[in-house]
Order: sequence, then structure tokens, then C-alpha cells
Amino acid sequence: MTQATIPSPQTPWATSFQQRLNTAGLIALGAVLAGVAVKTTGLSGKLGFAVSLFVIASLLIFVQQLRLRDMAAAKDSLLSSFASLAIVLTLIPIISIVSTVVIRGYQGIHFGMFANDMTMASVNDPVTAGGLLHALVGTVIMVGVALLISFPIGLLTALYLTEIRGKLARPIKFLVQAMSGVPSIVAGLFILSILVIPVTQELTGLMGSLALSILMIPTIARTAEEMLLLIPNDLREAGVALGATQWRTVSGVVVPAARSGLVTAIILGIARIIGETAPLLLVSGGADALNFNPASGPMGSLPFYIWKAFLTGGTEEAYARAWGGMLVLLILIVSLFSLARYLSGRKVA
Amino acid sequence: MTLLENRSASIPEPREITTKPRISDQIFRLVVTIGGMSSLVILGLIALFLSIKGFNVLKVEQLSFITESKWEVLQDGEGKIAESTFGLAAMLVGTFLSAFIAIIVGVPIAVLSALYLTFYARGSVKKLLVSLIDLMAAFPSLLFGFWGFIVLMGSAEYWAKLLNKYLGFIPIFDVPAPIFERSPFIAGLVLAIMIIPIVTAISREIFDQTPLDRIQAAYALGASKLSMIRAVVIPYGRGGVVGGAMLGLGRAMGETVAVYTVLNVVYQINWQVLFGAGGNVASLILLKFGEAGPDEVDALMAAGLVLFLLTLVVNAISDILINTFGKKGR
Amino acid sequence: MQATTPSSLASVANNREQRVPGTNLLGTGLETRGVHAWFGKKHVLSDVSLDFAAGTVTALIGPSGCGKSTYLRTLNRMHEFIPTAALAGEVLLDGQDIYAAGTDVTKIRLKVGMVFQKPNPFPSMTIGENVLSGLKLAQLKKSNTDDLLESCLVRAGLWSEVKDRLGEHGGALSGGQQQRLCIARSLAVEPQVLLMDEPCSALDPGSTFRIEETISELAKSMTIVIVTHNMQQAARVSDYTAFFLSDGGPGVMVETAPTSKIFSSPTDKRTEDYVTGRFG
Repeated sequence: MTQATIPSPQTPWATSFQQRLNTAGLIALGAVLAGVAVKTTGLSGKLGFAVSLFVIASLLIFVQQLRLRDMAAAKDSLLSSFASLAIVLTLIPIISIVSTVVIRGYQGIHFGMFANDMTMASVNDPVTAGGLLHALVGTVIMVGVALLISFPIGLLTALYLTEIRGKLARPIKFLVQAMSGVPSIVAGLFILSILVIPVTQELTGLMGSLALSILMIPTIARTAEEMLLLIPNDLREAGVALGATQWRTVSGVVVPAARSGLVTAIILGIARIIGETAPLLLVSGGADALNFNPASGPMGSLPFYIWKAFLTGGTEEAYARAWGGMLVLLILIVSLFSLARYLSGRKVA
Repeated sequence: MTLLENRSASIPEPREITTKPRISDQIFRLVVTIGGMSSLVILGLIALFLSIKGFNVLKVEQLSFITESKWEVLQDGEGKIAESTFGLAAMLVGTFLSAFIAIIVGVPIAVLSALYLTFYARGSVKKLLVSLIDLMAAFPSLLFGFWGFIVLMGSAEYWAKLLNKYLGFIPIFDVPAPIFERSPFIAGLVLAIMIIPIVTAISREIFDQTPLDRIQAAYALGASKLSMIRAVVIPYGRGGVVGGAMLGLGRAMGETVAVYTVLNVVYQINWQVLFGAGGNVASLILLKFGEAGPDEVDALMAAGLVLFLLTLVVNAISDILINTFGKKGR
Repeated sequence: MQATTPSSLASVANNREQRVPGTNLLGTGLETRGVHAWFGKKHVLSDVSLDFAAGTVTALIGPSGCGKSTYLRTLNRMHEFIPTAALAGEVLLDGQDIYAAGTDVTKIRLKVGMVFQKPNPFPSMTIGENVLSGLKLAQLKKSNTDDLLESCLVRAGLWSEVKDRLGEHGGALSGGQQQRLCIARSLAVEPQVLLMDEPCSALDPGSTFRIEETISELAKSMTIVIVTHNMQQAARVSDYTAFFLSDGGPGVMVETAPTSKIFSSPTDKRTEDYVTGRFG
């Protein structure tokens, strides 16, 4: 008994429009009751309303499920309510932070900003005076030098873990994780103790780069390791079967194949350190003037610029300046992050 | 016939297979190994140099460095350093307190968010949410500190006052004076917001890896989502999630600028979380660094050593938990 | 596959002891009418109408990839877990469409149980807890859980082997024992229908034999639908057999008949080709 036409595919298990409407209705009812609760009891303000809305709405849904189905379904609805609350609580700060930076930062930037440094202005001057050129240049130089140091070391570490896999591989992997947990201020203190105080007695951009490297190396090493592991072993075997040495196989086949992954590792490493403040406060000095030489003289940086404006100023102008710098920093970070995401085409689901 | 005669009574030993690598390979392996040792070397140097620099102070103070809670540099009439006492206790208490609050507030939210993302969210909404949360993990701590100071402080003060009003009979919620701003409570909240993205990301990865066959077995038995999560997901992911929480703890303990901007760094042991005074080791180092004389710098180095060891232990435990339970689970 | 001709399979089916339906049959069986299934745009199952009477065992046979497992999963609403799944048609349990709006799906799954191809006991629970886990998961309260525990394990043919080790963990058992544990677990919630998706394909012949014995016992009181690749197994345990086939398009149910008939004198040529081993 075959059918003449094929019926259309359906999903009878999906939440129906009616069910969604019911839930929305219950939440709306909850809002109304919450409003009543706020008016009549001692609860007040947004917090009072939000809390009562959550409690009342969850209770209403709980009761609805209990009546329609059973206790198991009612308890299930409680999990659903709490999980939804959690995601909302997670999102609120993100939205608040981003909007604060954008709104306040916008008032703190001006086009001349990218052409001037702070030698002729103080943080309490109006935002149009001075600029963050020195900070931007400083950040670029310090991050660049840190990258020059960290990338080879991070890559070699990753290669050790994936290609050589010597006896020490597990301890090394463990140590890399441990290194990524080093507080940034300890990194600054270390450079202070090993180089600045005994040797150079000068706060320079190079010192800043070295401190940043300590934070950058683990990020690059871990990401590079992940990316190298994605390269199928067949490639390595093909190289070796052709009679190539391990050196040639790795340098000629594996690393080129992992190219975009390594670029991702670099980008993530940069994003990790570009906003780091504490070590720079300790070892790089916070120059107001443009300084292109990492080896001599204090060097400014974006985080230092923001810090200075925020903490040594105290006026509205200083705060605006700080938010402006923060906006620039955030734009850099979001760009780096999106670039890394795009390159790695990382699946999320 | 020959076969029968040649068969020996025992099985032969496997041969040792050796090779002599080419020079280029030997160099390659050497270079890579040296590079790979870098993390060992760097960590070792950190421990070494902080110890060396801090040695003088530690020798004098010994255990009281950790247990005593006075940090002062007394100067004599000529402005020279006469006597110094360095004891970290107050800051250690502050470190644990603010990190503890961060964990208590942040971890439940993070784990529930991870459950939401894994088991409730779908499609493009899920992708968007995951991207947003991963992005937030990349925000600099400076940003959290400022935002906390400027935006959150007002609300947090209000909540602190509420807590004090209704729960003030509990000692930790009591305050000696009605100063609610810049308290460990607020620092803890900012730290919580900082660690939520990381803990959510780790928990989500772990929940994602829950074996599908167990999930299906639970549903086939008539489980609701909650029952399934309790019976399958939690037992599987428990260890890894705790590891993730410890990672968050390590981050919270070592946080400097976010705490510095939001907490009033005052040198006293303060258990009363709503009262505006306290600090943690990292922010102390930052505070004192600018004007520290050589002795005090040594003491700060010693403090850095303590912080280093502390976060090392916490991160090590976290690693072990995540690697034992996270990737394979039970 | 060597020396089994359809006639020998038919004689296996015939010589099997006739099953006497028990007096306490659970439910009135399962009916499906015009069931279609899709994954996204891909039509994978077309127009399957089959009836499963209470107290019988029906085997679903056919080459890989012809939709047998997909069809099985529509019977207990596990099909919908795949994100792009869609379906048409009706599945009637005791005369009620299990996909009707407002149906409580967890209740359906209590009445229609499933045993999977790869045994999947819960490793975090002991053997005893595993058997009773269905009660806990569905939040059912039962008074004499010890008796229930024992009877489920007895019916699954596992009691004598584990009665002294109920406190051990589920993972400590052999493959065959784990699968019998999973069967005991599904029995604890007292299903009317038991679906089995190639339950013995990962097991050794000894365990397979034990489980087939269990199936025959269980069928006295419930309806059993078993997907199997093994025609001898179908001949050994089932009363009815349905043959599924896909020619590159959606899977269809070619023919269904009492087992001995489908092996001795199938109506459709494709069935005959399959059971005589010309393909598959």
C-alpha cells in the first residue's frame, strides 16, 4: 500500500508556538506580580524587581509543569530556569562592559590622538590635548620584540611535544600549563630581579618585552601544539618514507602545513599580552614621549597610558582620556580575536 | 623435517633496533629539546631569583613572613631605614577572601551557563553566545578593574548595604564603620566576572565530551533533561569542572590591577567582606613598589615568591584534575 | 553465511518451540502507519506501515544503511535527538499516536524501552544502582525495589552471576554481562515494548545465545522488535520478520511475513535475493 505523494517532513516534538506563548504568558504574569510585590513589600529598585520576577516566574512555570505533567518535569523546569538565569547573568557584564567602553571611549578619542604623545599635555587636560601615539608605538614595539622572543621558543616547545615526544614530554607539558598560570606581576618582579636591578638598572621597553614573553610563550606553545597535532600523521610518515630526515620532514612538510594554525597561535599570543598592565608598570617605565628604542629609556604603552590617565588624574577629562585609550585597546583585541577565529575556522557547536 | 629440528625450545628475544641519525637531525633534535626545556628553565629561574632576592628578608622574618600582619618600614631621624617588619598575613587573608568570593559567586553561574550552552542553546544563538563569552575571556584585567570601579561600584555598594542590613548578624557581614565602597566584596565580584568566561569555556568543553551513548541510555529510560544531567553529565564531568574552577581560583588569586583599582588597599586583616579595606598580595606589591627602598624591594620579591608558589600549586592541582578527568572522564 | 540456505533458515524457524503467549501481556502492541523519516533534506525512510502484536518478536532485517535503526528510533521517540531530524506518519501505542501534540515523551519512553548495540551501563553506578536507574531517572517511586532488582536480573539471565556483587561497578562485567545488565535495566520500568538495536553484534556467541534465550522468555509478556544483521538470529528468535531495503534512495519496507515464510517462500524477488545471499 504505497502512498501517492510523499508527505511533508514535520517535527511534532519541537516546542510549539502555543507552548512558547504559554511560557511567555507566564513570564509576563510573573512580571506583573513582581511589580505588585515591589510596590507592596519592602523590596525596591531594579534588584528587587529582578529577583521577584525570577522567583515568581520560575514558580509559575514549576506549577504549570506539575499540573500538566509530573514532578520530574516540574523539577526539570527549575533547572531550565536557573540555567537561563545563569546565562543572562553572564551576558549582562559583557554587554555592560562593551557598551561602557564604546560610549565613554567615544567621547575620549579625537583624530589628533594618533599623531601626538603626552609630552606637552597632562592627563587632566582636555582630551584634545596630547595623544596616544607614544603609547601605541610603544605597545607595537614591545609586543613585536616579545613576539620575536616568544614565537621561536613557543614553537620549539610545541615541536618538542609533538614531533620529538621525548621522555620529558609530559613534565614539559605540565610545566607549560604551570607557566601559563604565573601571575603577571610575578613576571614583572622576575625581570626586575634578574635584569633590571642587578644589570641594567634602567626601566626600558626591552624589559617590558621580556616580562611579556613569559606570559606569551605558554599561549603560543599550547596553541601551536594543538595546531601541530591536527596535522595528520600520514604527512609525517610520507616524508620519512621518502627518505627525508626528521628535520626536513618537519621544516618542509609539517610546519608549512600548520602555517595558518601557527599564525593563529601568534595572534592569540598577541591578544593575550597586549592588555597586560602589571608587569609594564614595574619594568618598562611609562614614558610620555615617543621612544622608538626598546633598549634605552622608558617606553610608554597603551595599558600604561590608560593606567596613568585613570589613576593619576582624577578629573572627568582624565577619565575620558582613559576610556578613549581603552576603546582603542578593545578595538585591537576584538580585531585580533576575530582574525584568529576566522583563520582557525574553529567549530563552536 | 628440517623445521622440526630447527625449532628451538624457547621464543627468541626481540632485537634491539637502533639507528644513527644524520647530523642535521641530531642538531635539529638538540635545538628543539633545548627550546622545549625553556619552560622548565624559566620557571626554575623565577623561583631561584625571587628566592635569592627575597632571601635576606625571609631569613630574618622566617615563618612570621606569612603569619604576621605588619608591614612597615620605620625611618629614623635622618630618613634612613631603621627597622622593618614584613609580614604578609593580612594580604594573604585578602587574597584568599577575594578569590573565595569570586569562586562562590562565579563558579555556579559559570557551570550553569555551560549547561545552558551545551544542552539548551542551539544554532546561531549558541554560536553567538559562545563567541561572546570567549571574547570576554580575552578582555584585559585593566578593563574589568575600571569598569568595576566606575560602573559596578554603585550597585555593589547598594547590594553590600542590603547584605549588611539583613544579614549583618553574621560576623563576616558586619562592618565596623559604614564604609562600603572598595571592599573585598566588590573585588570578589569583579574577580567573579573575570573568571566566569574561563570556567564556562572549560566546563562547556567537558560537558560537550560526555559520551553520547550514556546520554542516550538515560533518555531511552525515560529521563528528563535534569535527570540525565545528574546521572550522566555530572559524574562524567565533575573532576574536570572542579579543575576548571581551580584554574579560575588561580587567576583570581594572582590578579593585580583589577583588585588594585577596586579595593582600598589597607594593611589590616579584614574578614568583614563588606567593609572597605583589604588587599591581596599582588596589589600590595604594586602599591609598595614605587617608593620601596632596597630592603622593601627584597621583601616584595619574597612576597612575589609566595604568590608564585601559591598559584603554582593551585594550577598544578587544576591541571591534574582536568587531565585526569576532563579528557577521558570515567 | 555458508551453509545456510533459506530452507534451512525456514526449518530453524519452524522447529523452534512455539511460543505460548503469557497470560499477563503488557499492552496491545505497536502500530506504525506511513512512517517517513528525514535528516535535513535527505529522505531516509519511506512509508513504513508495520504492526507489532503483543507477545511477539519481530525481526527487522536488511543490508546496512537501509533505515532499520532509524525506523526503530522513531518507535520510542529517540529519532528526534538528531538536530535535523524530521518525520511524517503515525506511531500508535495502545491506539494513541505517540507524536500527538501534548504527549509526554518521557512517559512514552517508559513504555517503549530500548537496548543499544554497544552495551552502555552507567559507569558511575553500581550494578544494583544500574538496574534500578530507570526508576531514579524517571523519578518513579516503588516500594519493593529489592524484589524488583532480583526479578529483573533473573529475567535478563544475569542474577546468578552477579547476585553477590551488586555493589560493584557496572564497568567490571564482560561485554555479554553488560548487555544483559542493560536489558535488566530496561525491564525495571516495566515497558510494554522492548526495542533492540543489534543487541548481540558486539558479543561472543555464548552471550548471544544467552540473550536470545532471554528474548524468547521476555516475549511471553511484551512486544519485542529487534534489528539484526544476522539472518540465523532472526530465524532463531523471531515470529515475524520485515525486510528493509534501500536502492540509494529512502529505505523502504519491502515485505513482512511470518519468519518461516519469509525464508522459505518470500513474495518479493528482492527479499529472495537477500535471504539467499545474492547480495547484502
